[in-house]
Amino acid sequence: MDGIIHNNKKPTDALKIKQKYKKQSQLKEIWFRLKKNKTSVLGLIIILIIISLAIASGFIYDYDEDVINQNISERLQSPSLDHPFGTDELGRDILARIIYGSRTSLSIGFTTVVISLISGGILGAISGFYGGRIDNVIMRIMDIFLAIPGTLFAITIVAALGTSTINLMIALSISGVPRFARIVRSSVMTVKDVEFVEAARAIGANNLRIIIQHVIPNSLAPVIVQTTLQVATIILTIAGLSFLGLGVSAPQPEWGAMLSSARAYMREYSYMTLFPGLAIMITILALNLLGDGLRDALDPRLK
Amino acid sequence: MWKYIGKRIVYLIPVVIGVTFMVFLIMNMAPGDPVKSILGEQASPEAIEELREELGLNDNILIQYKNYFLGLIKGDMGISYKSKVGVAEEIGARLPTTAKLSVIAIAIAISLSIPLGIIAAVKQNTWIDSLTMFVALLGVSVPVFWLGLMLLLFFSLKLGWFPVSGAANWKSFILPGIALGFLSMASIARVTRSSMLEVIRQDYIRTARSKGVPYNTIIRKHALKNALIPTITVAGLQIGTLLGGSVLTETVFGLPGIGRLMIQSIQGRDLPMVLGCIIVFTVAFSIVNLIVDIIYAFVDPRIKSQYT
Repeated sequence: MDGIIHNNKKPTDALKIKQKYKKQSQLKEIWFRLKKNKTSVLGLIIILIIISLAIASGFIYDYDEDVINQNISERLQSPSLDHPFGTDELGRDILARIIYGSRTSLSIGFTTVVISLISGGILGAISGFYGGRIDNVIMRIMDIFLAIPGTLFAITIVAALGTSTINLMIALSISGVPRFARIVRSSVMTVKDVEFVEAARAIGANNLRIIIQHVIPNSLAPVIVQTTLQVATIILTIAGLSFLGLGVSAPQPEWGAMLSSARAYMREYSYMTLFPGLAIMITILALNLLGDGLRDALDPRLK
Repeated sequence: MWKYIGKRIVYLIPVVIGVTFMVFLIMNMAPGDPVKSILGEQASPEAIEELREELGLNDNILIQYKNYFLGLIKGDMGISYKSKVGVAEEIGARLPTTAKLSVIAIAIAISLSIPLGIIAAVKQNTWIDSLTMFVALLGVSVPVFWLGLMLLLFFSLKLGWFPVSGAANWKSFILPGIALGFLSMASIARVTRSSMLEVIRQDYIRTARSKGVPYNTIIRKHALKNALIPTITVAGLQIGTLLGGSVLTETVFGLPGIGRLMIQSIQGRDLPMVLGCIIVFTVAFSIVNLIVDIIYAFVDPRIKSQYT
């Protein structure tokens, strides 16, 4: 039916299908290469489990009752059937707090990475595409940002603005910008002079269309890899800053903050320092495994 | 060669000015009146105005920065709001601890990572390779402060081999050095392995093998120098991570270094002290980067040849 009515549009439809098919097959190829790498599939599975736990945490535990509420009569209990990871100094179940902690880390991690990706990406794209003076100004400013180690930069901003989750997110977002700007800039620079961009220009495509349709898809591979690794870096930094008392503040559950309060009880109740640290390590390990696998899958030259 | 080094040193100046200006600007965004925090909320307006004038807080931000920077060159970083001692003196007293910790950490990292990376590459796809890379993967995934806590728990609290806190003697630096160096070791080992793998597949290595050069000699003399170029880059980048990590490590092990001073000053809202610590860290990082660039030029003849 549809075909008969829009008979005159058939070639375009066919073209669309062809394009769609082509895109799919490329994704399929990447997926195929990623699948072959067993360790990165393991990483992906672990991340999916952590994300599902973070989403499902609201159904497993009651936030106010299990995670925040103090229960002094049950304080400092070693791991048991009731409390698989034990309880902390205020009688709260450590497992519940770790699971809720994944919410904190993942949500802050993904949000800040998206913010730095978008702002860094735009800056990098402008810089690489236009070159010349604009490029020079943007990149020199990025150089200055890069001249301060990431953790230290985040500490600086939090020290100036004060300790709060929002300020932490601002600090982490800004510290990620120059890295993305650099990556996007260099991929844009390699892509912008190749023939298909010249061809697009010849048929009258404007800059915006060239950037969206040709430049961005071709710079995607390094950006995806960097995004995965950046989430790992950010989660580590959140934990580190919270450990120092400069990040997520009590009573909100966060792995680094949990370790910080567990420190005082380390001598007698060492299990308190064990589990939150393992949670951080497993999350970061999974993200690193996936990032490494993605790097290999997206760049066939390395194989 | 000297031209290159000279050019790099000249390039350092705008970076240091830019970085210090940015940090200065950010720290000046801090809410609250520093004068009130020194004198207390009940201070008379005259006293507040007098101190504002004395500290130069009435000038515009550019003039304040200019004065700060001129002081910085002379080694004057202002007076602490809390302890009333000079910031530069206090930081100077803490510097040896942080320097010792960083040197030990980077020494552990480099001396272990490069041999491990080479062995893993040479024995690619054997259990040695898998084991090394697994340990390296753990190394880049473990948070430095948690590793520190675990080392402290096991070696200090359970076994009693090392002191729990403080910087009394050389023993106090062993565990912090391992904790801090482990991450860098893992990253450098990973890069050394992959760049070594790339190099030993090159034609000139095959040529060397086919003319009968012993394999050890090939690795040492032909492959290593080229493979180390990316390693140096990563080692340089690691210094930044190391400086950030030293703040956490000093906190865990109670070492009286600059990082700990910085955290204590942040908690006490002692802005000149915080500013001083951050500036020392960033300037140190810039200088280390410069040194890495110069080493790079010595190892990579392509850079040297551009300037001769």
